[in-house]
Amino acid sequence: MHDFNYLRPKSLADAVAAFKNAGDGRYLAGGQTMIPVMKQRLASPSDVIDLSQVPELKGIAVNGGIVAIGAMTSHAEVAASKDVQAAIPALADLASGIGDPHVRNRGTIGGSIANNDPAADYPAAVVGLNATVVTDRRRIAAADFFTGMFGTALEEGELVTRVEFPTPEAAAYEKFLHPASRFALVGVFVARTKSGVRAAVTGAGPCVFRETVLEQALTRTFAANAVKNIDIDASNLNSDIHGSAEYRAHLVGVLAARAVAKAR
Amino acid sequence: MPRISLTVNGKPVAHEVEARTLLVQYLRETLKLTGTHVGCDTSQCGACVVHVDGRAVKSCTMLAVQADGARVTTIEGLAPAGKLHPMQQAFHENHGLQCGFCTPGMVMASVALVQGNPDPTDAQVRHGLEGNLCRCTGYQNIVKAVLAGAKAMRT
Ligand SMILES: Cc1cc2nc3c(=O)[nH]c(=O)nc-3n(C[C@H](O)[C@H](O)[C@H](O)COP(=O)(O)OP(=O)(O)OC[C@H]3O[C@@H](n4cnc5c(N)ncnc54)[C@H](O)[C@@H]3O)c2cc1C
Ligand code: FES
Ligand code: FES
Repeated sequence: MHDFNYLRPKSLADAVAAFKNAGDGRYLAGGQTMIPVMKQRLASPSDVIDLSQVPELKGIAVNGGIVAIGAMTSHAEVAASKDVQAAIPALADLASGIGDPHVRNRGTIGGSIANNDPAADYPAAVVGLNATVVTDRRRIAAADFFTGMFGTALEEGELVTRVEFPTPEAAAYEKFLHPASRFALVGVFVARTKSGVRAAVTGAGPCVFRETVLEQALTRTFAANAVKNIDIDASNLNSDIHGSAEYRAHLVGVLAARAVAKAR
Repeated sequence: MPRISLTVNGKPVAHEVEARTLLVQYLRETLKLTGTHVGCDTSQCGACVVHVDGRAVKSCTMLAVQADGARVTTIEGLAPAGKLHPMQQAFHENHGLQCGFCTPGMVMASVALVQGNPDPTDAQVRHGLEGNLCRCTGYQNIVKAVLAGAKAMRT
């Protein structure tokens, strides 16, 4: 890893200013992606801006049907939060299955969605629940946030401050674990909401996406049988040594059925 | 160079470190606490697990500067010198190790697991050790050891 200036701002304004003043700045959240990436010298920022002391990025608040989670909230905190468990059990459940306990103790929701790994879990919840990503400068709808493989709508230096999840009527997440990394080989998030049924798929393609075939079937009947043997188009899905596109397409239906069966 | 001060195994320490220094490097190379191992250096294996403010973390995936002000416990700090922590004793008695390379991380992960869940099931132990790899034991006796260690920690 190349050396860098280490900065630990104490406010949101200072964090954003630190980025502006840096030659090649990068924010550091839990470091569970950033540190491995810097070790491999895939990133060699001049300035690393540690977000751990920024109070505006902390905390979980449930208010008027919205669960707002601060960007620096760890996966372990979301998993253990009584408020999240009560309002959106599917979200606490998803967080409890990310990586392993040590990764969950450090990794954060803000870092996960800013990174947008094609096999990450949180993007499925953000899209599946139609959440809003709040930044230091604007509000971004889930549909506009994830733009492609490791791509997001975030501008240079734009800082995610929190994610606002509307409470669904029922929801669940199911993933098929990559046997080594615990990332999602395929993950499906289903939600029955006031404005309709949503189904988001991660791991299967280059970026999280809504699967309209699932959504149409589940709108007709929100039951496992409605999607168990459903035909999913494999043409845009990933093929690699872990599974072919057809295998992933099949998993989408299987996992959707399991998710619907446990949705609450 | 940034200056950090923290508490390691109950003792206050302070040093100037390069910003890029990993917590595990600081522990092993500066403090000479070589009980914490580096198995992979790619965040996968858990041999480097220590407790930071009571939580298990991979010390190869944390910067020393991020531990500024924190309370760190390593395998050396788990029990007084010459004594074994009940979890270490349980690994010893249940053949929870062969070569021993993964063991410091396994023990630290197991202690954190039991602190959060004093009476775990077999399945909860396996889920709780997903971040720790062992090339020798086949895990069977590790799980046995953790269940025995949990019981010993309860009494
Ligand atoms: C062994 C292992 C297993 C894992 N398994 C899984 C898994 O099963 N599922 C899963 O989803 N993930 C998994 N992860 C990834 C993990 O969830 C990471 O924590 C996450 O991807 C990144 O979050 P972080 O807080 O560590 O961010 P960092 O690594 O600190 O940062 C990641 C990126 O996001 C940027 N960033 C961070 N915070 C913000 C912010 N608030 N605003 C703007 N940009 C920001 C950083 O600049 C950086 O580019 C795993 C990681 C490891 C090491
Ligand atoms: S050395 Fe840290 S996870 Fe392997
Ligand atoms: S005892 Fe050898 S790696 Fe676990």
